[in-house]
Amino acid sequence: MKNLLSRLGAAAILAAGLGQQAIAADLTFWSWRQEDRAAYQEIIADFSKLHPDVKIKFEAFEPTSYNTILSTALAGGKGPDIMQTRAYGGIEAIAKPGYLLALDKTMVPELENIPADALAAETMREDGKVYAVPFATQTVLILYNKDLFKTHGVQVPETWDDLIGAAKALKAKGVQPFANGTATAWQNEILMGAIAPSIYGLQFNADLVAGKATFEDKRFVDAMAKLAELKDHFPTGFTGVDYPTMQQLFISGRAAMIAAGSFEIANFRRQNPKLDIGVMASPPAAKGQPRLVSLFVDGGYGINAKTEHKADAIKFIRYTATPRFGDLFANKLGNISPIKGVKIEDGLLAEVAKLNAQSAPYVMLVNFRYQEPTGSALIQTNVQKMMAGQATPAQVGADVTKGIATYYKPFQK
Amino acid sequence: MGGWFVQPHFMSPRLRRQLWIAALLAPALLLLVGFVTLPILSAFVYAFYQWQGLARIGFAGFENFRLILFQEPFSTLTWNAFFHNVVVFVALMVVQNGTAFFLAWMLSKGLRLHRFHQVSLFLPVILSTVIIGFLWKLFLNPLFGLVNQGLIAVGLASWAQPWLGQPSTALASLILVNAWHWVGFPTLVYLAGIQRIPREILEAAEIDGASEWRRITRIVWPLVAPATTIVVILTFIGSFNWFELPYIMSGLEGPPFHTTDVLGLYFYRTAFGTVSSALQDFGRGSALAVLIFLFILAVSAWWVRLLRRREVEF
Repeated sequence: MKNLLSRLGAAAILAAGLGQQAIAADLTFWSWRQEDRAAYQEIIADFSKLHPDVKIKFEAFEPTSYNTILSTALAGGKGPDIMQTRAYGGIEAIAKPGYLLALDKTMVPELENIPADALAAETMREDGKVYAVPFATQTVLILYNKDLFKTHGVQVPETWDDLIGAAKALKAKGVQPFANGTATAWQNEILMGAIAPSIYGLQFNADLVAGKATFEDKRFVDAMAKLAELKDHFPTGFTGVDYPTMQQLFISGRAAMIAAGSFEIANFRRQNPKLDIGVMASPPAAKGQPRLVSLFVDGGYGINAKTEHKADAIKFIRYTATPRFGDLFANKLGNISPIKGVKIEDGLLAEVAKLNAQSAPYVMLVNFRYQEPTGSALIQTNVQKMMAGQATPAQVGADVTKGIATYYKPFQK
Repeated sequence: MGGWFVQPHFMSPRLRRQLWIAALLAPALLLLVGFVTLPILSAFVYAFYQWQGLARIGFAGFENFRLILFQEPFSTLTWNAFFHNVVVFVALMVVQNGTAFFLAWMLSKGLRLHRFHQVSLFLPVILSTVIIGFLWKLFLNPLFGLVNQGLIAVGLASWAQPWLGQPSTALASLILVNAWHWVGFPTLVYLAGIQRIPREILEAAEIDGASEWRRITRIVWPLVAPATTIVVILTFIGSFNWFELPYIMSGLEGPPFHTTDVLGLYFYRTAFGTVSSALQDFGRGSALAVLIFLFILAVSAWWVRLLRRREVEF
C-alpha cells in the first residue's frame, strides 16, 4: 500500500513537472500592432529555428487601449511574459512600479548591437537601467509626391525660401501644397517636429536639454514663426482638417507635401501603390545650415518581472537585439531598426535611414513627456492655437515654458 | 409538480414571500453593487492616493483635489471644462428642449401626418452616438463634407467653414448635433405630458377666448411640470457626463485648443492618458470623477426637490 502511494506520488510529481514544461514552452507576447500579426508570425518562426524548444504566442490589442490593458494586467500580477513597451515616459510608467525585468549586458550581451541614444529611450532615468530592447525608430520629416513635383517643374527646396516658393508654384498650378491640418491634436506636434529643428538647430536643442535655454529662446520662437508661415499653404479650412482627411489628401495625390512621421510610408503605399513618395528634411533658413529631421524610438520589447519563464523570455529578447532579427523586422514591417548592421532593402526606407544621420531628438517626447503637463500636450495645444492665428510664436514659447516650469527646475525663474 | 419544492412548515407565507422577492432581486442587486456601487466607492478611495501607473505609491490626502481645483495649469483646464459643461447644459435646455416642447405642442394637435413626424423625430434617438458622431463629422468636414459642399453648391461658398476647427463654431456644432440626435426624447416626454392634460381645460380656455400663446404659457406649461422635471434633470446629468459625442467628433483634447473640452474628456485624459500626450494618473482622475459625481448628485437632488414643488395634481 505504501509502495502504491509513493508511486502515485511520484507519478503526480512527474505529471506536474511535465505540465509545467508544457507551459514553459508557451510564452505569451503582447503587442499593439494587430496589422503586423503575419510578419510577427514569420519572425517567431525564424526564432523557433534557433530555439525549437521555446514556443511564443503572439497576441495583439487595440493600440489606444493597449497601455491600459497592459498596465491593468501587470498591476494584477498577470500579463504576458514578453511585451511591446512604449518608450521614454511610457516605459517609465511600467518600469517604475517594478513590472519589468531590468536588462543588462551580462544577461543580454546583444545590447552591444544597439546605439546608446536608442537604449536611452528604454532606460529609466532614476536607476539608469535598460528595461527593453528598442525595436524601431521613427523619423518626423516632410514626405512629397515626386510625380507632382516633376509634372509641375518644382525642385526639391534647399532653403526655407525655396520651400515657400515651391508651395506658391504648386498652388498656382492648382495643386494643394501641404496636406496638413491642425484639427487632430498630436498632428501639431508632428508639424513642430518636421519643421522646427532645421530652423532652431542642434545647439538650441543641446542648450534646452542642458537647462541653459527655455522655449522662450529666440531660436525656438523664430522656428515657430517659420512654421506659422506655412499655414498659408495648408488646405482651406485646415483648422478643421483632421488626421484621416490630411492622409487622404496626400494619398490621393491632391496635395504635394505632408509633414508626417515615417510610420505613414507603409500605410500610404498600401492605400495607393502608384504613389511615388520622396522624403526630405525640412530646409533651413540659409543654404549650408544643417537640415534636420526629428527622430524618436517607437517602442521596445520587455520582459515581465514576474514571468515564470525567465530563461526562455531572455532567449527571445536576446534574439530581438540581433541583426538577424533587425533585418527581418526592417524588411517585413517596413520600419527602421536601430540595430547596427541592419540592411534595409527598401530604397525609400534606406533614404529615411540616411536622413536619420542628421537628426534632432523629437524633443517633447524624448525629453518632456515624463510629467504633467507634458511638453507634448502643451506644444500640441499651442501650435494649434498659433496656426489658427490666435497665438503669436512668442506666446507659444512662453506658454510651453510656463507649463513645463511647474515641475522642471531649470525653467523656474 | 415541484416535488423538491416542499414548503417547510416553519416558514410563514409572509417570510416565504419575502425570501422569494429577495431571491429575485439578488442577481440585479449583486450586479449593481459589483459594477456600480463598488467602483464608485473605490474611486473615492483612489482619489486620496498618489499613483504611479496602476500602482498606489502612497496616501495623498486632499492633494489630488487641490491640484485639479487650485494648481495651475490643471485648475484652468478644470474650470474651462466645467464652464463648457454649463454652456452645453444651458444651450441644450434652450435649443434641444425648447424645440422639443414646441414640437410636442404641434404634434399634440393631431395634424395631418403627425404620426409620421413623431416617428421620424424619434428615429435618431435609437441610433448609437458613435454612428451619429461619425456621420456628422463627415458632414462637417471642411473639404469633402456635405454641409460645406451644399453651401458651395447653392452659391454660399463664403459661408463654408471649418465647423469643428474654430472656437466660434466648434462647441456650437457639437451641441447642435447632440440636439439633433436627442430632440425626439424630450419631445416624447412633453407630448405624453400634454396629452395627459384634460381636454376640457384647454377647450374651456379656448371658448373663453384665450389666445394660443396664453393657453401654452398659462395652462400647458404649468401642467407639464412633471415632464419638465424629468427633462431638466436628465439634460443636466447628460450635459455634465457628456463624453461620447465630443470624443468621437473632436477628440480627447477638446480641440481646437480646449474650446470643446468638457469634464468627461478631461477626466478620461487625466485618468487613462492618451497615446500622444497625457500620462495616466488615477489619483487626479479619480478626484475629478468624485467631484463630478458629487456635483451632479447634489445639484440633481436639490433641483428635483425644487422642481417637484411646481408640479400640481390634476
